[in-house]
Amino acid sequence: MSFPILTALIVVPVFGAFVVALLPRNRPEIVRIVGLLFTVAVGAMSVWMLASFKKGKGGDYQFVSMHTWVSDWGISWHLGIDGISLFLVVLTGILFPIALLGADPHHDVKPYTAWLLLLEAGVIGSFLSLDLFLFFIFFEIVLVPMYFLIGGWGYDQRVYAALKFFLYTMAGSALMLVGILATVFLHRSGSATHELTFDLVKIANDQSIATGTARWLFLSFALAFAVKVPIFPLHTWLPDAHTQAPTAGSVILAGVMLKLGTYGFLRFGLFLFPEASRWFAPLFLTLGVIGILYGAIVATMQKDLKRLVAYSSVAHLGFIVLGTFAFTTQSISGGVLQMINHGVSTGALFLLVGMIYERRHTRQISELKGLQTVAPVFAALFTLVMLSSIGVPGLNGFVGEFLVLIGSFLTARWWTVVAATGVILAALYLLWAYQRVFHGQPDEANKGFKELTMREGLVMLPLVGLILFCGVYPKPMLDRIEPSVKQLITHVENHTNYKQPQPTALVVGK
Amino acid sequence: MLAAILTQAQAPAAPFQGPHIDWFSLSPMLVLVGGGLLLMLLTALVPGRWPKGFSAVFTACCAAAAGILSIILWHHVADRGTKPLVGSALSLDGFTVFVFFVICIAVFLTALVTDDYLRREDLDGSELYALMLMAAVGAMVMAASTDLVVLFIGLETLSIALYVMAAGHLRRMESQESAIKYFVLGGFSSAFFLYGIAMVYGATGSTNMVAIRDFLRANVLLDKGMLVAGFALLLVGLAFKVAAAPFHNWTPDVYEGAPTPVTGFMASAAKAAGFAALLRVFVVMFAGFTADWRPVLFVLAVLTLVVGSVLAVVQRNVKRMLAYSSISHAGFIMVGVQTATSRGTAGSLFYLLAYAVMVLGTFGVVTIVGRTGDGDHSLDSFRGLSRRRPVLAVVFGVLLLAQAGVPFTSGFWAKAGVIAAAVDAHSYALAIVAMLAAVIAAFLYLRIAVSMFFVDQPADDAAGAARVRVPLGAGVALLLAVAFTVGVGLLPSFFITLSRHAVPVLQAAPVADH
Repeated sequence: MSFPILTALIVVPVFGAFVVALLPRNRPEIVRIVGLLFTVAVGAMSVWMLASFKKGKGGDYQFVSMHTWVSDWGISWHLGIDGISLFLVVLTGILFPIALLGADPHHDVKPYTAWLLLLEAGVIGSFLSLDLFLFFIFFEIVLVPMYFLIGGWGYDQRVYAALKFFLYTMAGSALMLVGILATVFLHRSGSATHELTFDLVKIANDQSIATGTARWLFLSFALAFAVKVPIFPLHTWLPDAHTQAPTAGSVILAGVMLKLGTYGFLRFGLFLFPEASRWFAPLFLTLGVIGILYGAIVATMQKDLKRLVAYSSVAHLGFIVLGTFAFTTQSISGGVLQMINHGVSTGALFLLVGMIYERRHTRQISELKGLQTVAPVFAALFTLVMLSSIGVPGLNGFVGEFLVLIGSFLTARWWTVVAATGVILAALYLLWAYQRVFHGQPDEANKGFKELTMREGLVMLPLVGLILFCGVYPKPMLDRIEPSVKQLITHVENHTNYKQPQPTALVVGK
Repeated sequence: MLAAILTQAQAPAAPFQGPHIDWFSLSPMLVLVGGGLLLMLLTALVPGRWPKGFSAVFTACCAAAAGILSIILWHHVADRGTKPLVGSALSLDGFTVFVFFVICIAVFLTALVTDDYLRREDLDGSELYALMLMAAVGAMVMAASTDLVVLFIGLETLSIALYVMAAGHLRRMESQESAIKYFVLGGFSSAFFLYGIAMVYGATGSTNMVAIRDFLRANVLLDKGMLVAGFALLLVGLAFKVAAAPFHNWTPDVYEGAPTPVTGFMASAAKAAGFAALLRVFVVMFAGFTADWRPVLFVLAVLTLVVGSVLAVVQRNVKRMLAYSSISHAGFIMVGVQTATSRGTAGSLFYLLAYAVMVLGTFGVVTIVGRTGDGDHSLDSFRGLSRRRPVLAVVFGVLLLAQAGVPFTSGFWAKAGVIAAAVDAHSYALAIVAMLAAVIAAFLYLRIAVSMFFVDQPADDAAGAARVRVPLGAGVALLLAVAFTVGVGLLPSFFITLSRHAVPVLQAAPVADH
């Protein structure tokens, strides 16, 4: 039996949290080093896993780990990874040490570090679970560390934002538990073996639930994911949570936690309920496109830099929703890629905004001016990250968005036409904000703006590397993502009357 | 006719043949009764200086002994099967023993918490412990009884002891007031219950549950009005005991007024006994009438869930909050009862066990933070606890999150268990209401967490705050509670299997199952 790498990815951060909890409270520097060591170890393991991930194996789950947990209920510790979750796990592994190093909590370093490590375990667990119940547990548990991070180390409105975040997302997932249980019991009575099992693959392959019921069940899942993404009318928790969270919290929230929703749609929405997700596709396409436009327009009007980035997330994730419900290999692969790219770019943006706040103790755009003159390197870095977020060709943001738009054009033409304008709007709000913050002559308050320090530069370096690498050469990533996406599409085709249209003119990424 | 009676009276009286009594099967009760009597006698007859904490340790030992005997009985039942006791007034089965075990845990943990509380409040003595042991015996009789009259005796034993325990704090008006309130309302509910027994007797000709069930199986009632009225009244009596809406009105006042450790005992042992009786009366005895009582319990469960979680939100006093939260927990347990399936019963049993430990731990922390006078229960007295007492704050946080049903705690599996049962029984609406109620209730626990972790204590309160100290007994109780809560949260399999095995034994004769 080989080394259970996936279990280790979950257990090591939990163990790290306990080690941190045992360290002395008055030695924050030791706590930070230990916490960093553990996150780096997890990051290294995730990269090692990426390296040993076999891309020739089609879209199947790899490194599968399967143990019975609660035999009476048919729940098992069932982990596995495929092309869809692979890079999300790697992204999580990379972002956590960066977030830990890139932002200073200023007080109570010990609980802060412990919560971050627990959060990492929860997020990775959600991406790896192949058991419905196990997934729900991880999906739900991430709320707790995030709640404490926002409430304990956030800004003025932190308690309100933390409560709103917790209750909003818990309300969303409350119905999912009922949905999961109903799915499992209905699967039991519909399947040949009458086996009570929470195994995702078994239930998805049996497809033994009646069409009408499956649509309701899909809705119960979709609500939980739509809150998490967030999809347009359910997004109101996000600006508050993002703005009030400490920098590391925002980075993780935007970088990986929002992806729990879009990932959930792929893994549990489309895979479990292919017919229902086809049936609801127009609704989600519309909401996705509304999200793109709405997020962009509201972002344009923000006075707070962090809030602006938060709303830009709503827009970016709209693209992923669009790609997901367009049901083509390209659009979904593009969506998966966009999840990674958004994590990198927005994570980097939040780090930079956090650095601005550290220096000026304000995030109001109107109070910042002419930073380019006093901190040219900082400004250059900001420009690069911003351009990647806009989706300028040659940087990572472009690849995902472009694939989404191309792939969606075949099956969701008019939605795609409207969505494409979102790309322009992204350029508008980010460039305009950049102009106001960095251009012009600095006034008295902004004269002393410190240049990027060595440490900050080192923190940003891996992200910049990823931005450039994914932008120029996304093929290795696509090679690993696409087989799994193809398998998912085939699964949908097998269980519905849908047939994927073949692109005629252009093939990208090959 | 008169002559017949006279001849009967003149005939030599046949020697009274008492029922056979299997003393070993009654041993957990006997240990607690004996312990209670011995404790009273010892401290009354030898009023000398007993070592500090003697009563508490003695009570905890009794509970531990009874708990160990329960475990032995469990294996006994598993090997030899269920059997009626004392002329089928009681029944020894897995269900009985499971509830015995929960009650033993409640007594054990309460004794540990009470010890320092009584000394702190200058009330030290053995009365409260003796009463608690008696109350526990009453609770056990309720859990074991298969005869409605015996059930009533258990109910009264439990209730009367609890009335006195609620008045246990001599110098707090609230304590006296809560006892009177509990006594008056409890008296009413007992009367309802008794009248219900009379009605059921009128309809079926027996007070023995097995006989009633067999009678109802064998005969079709032309007019079931009296029977339905009977079980409606029984339901009122039991719903009062478990604090289900709309019979919950006593709960906030009594929970707030009673000495805090007693509140914990009420919330755990009394609730467990009440639900045990409810399960046996409705799921077993009236198994053939599910169409009649399931809708009623459905409505009660919804009301209880909504009242418990919504009204908790507007409270400022932590004890009142927890009182409402205990109402909402009762709603969850009712979700399991309402299904009338073995999965639902197992879910309710598991819930009772998990909840008993959580709530005892929770009230343990409230006892400690309440400080001398037992009055510091406003939300503000928890402010900044994480700075002053980080470990205590983490313990309380874990217990609160467990009550909210966060994964990797026993509370999560408890909630998931009853919800799964409801979904399995196609009570989707109830499952959804329960989950939404859980979200609203989560707000309540988070409010307490907010003031512990995110709000600094006011500067002028620094002197008072320093007095929060964690005594040894309570500390041990809290550690055990948290270890159990998290341990079961990580590895729930053992207790889930246990609760499932407890059920078929209860339903010795087959019951319609989905």
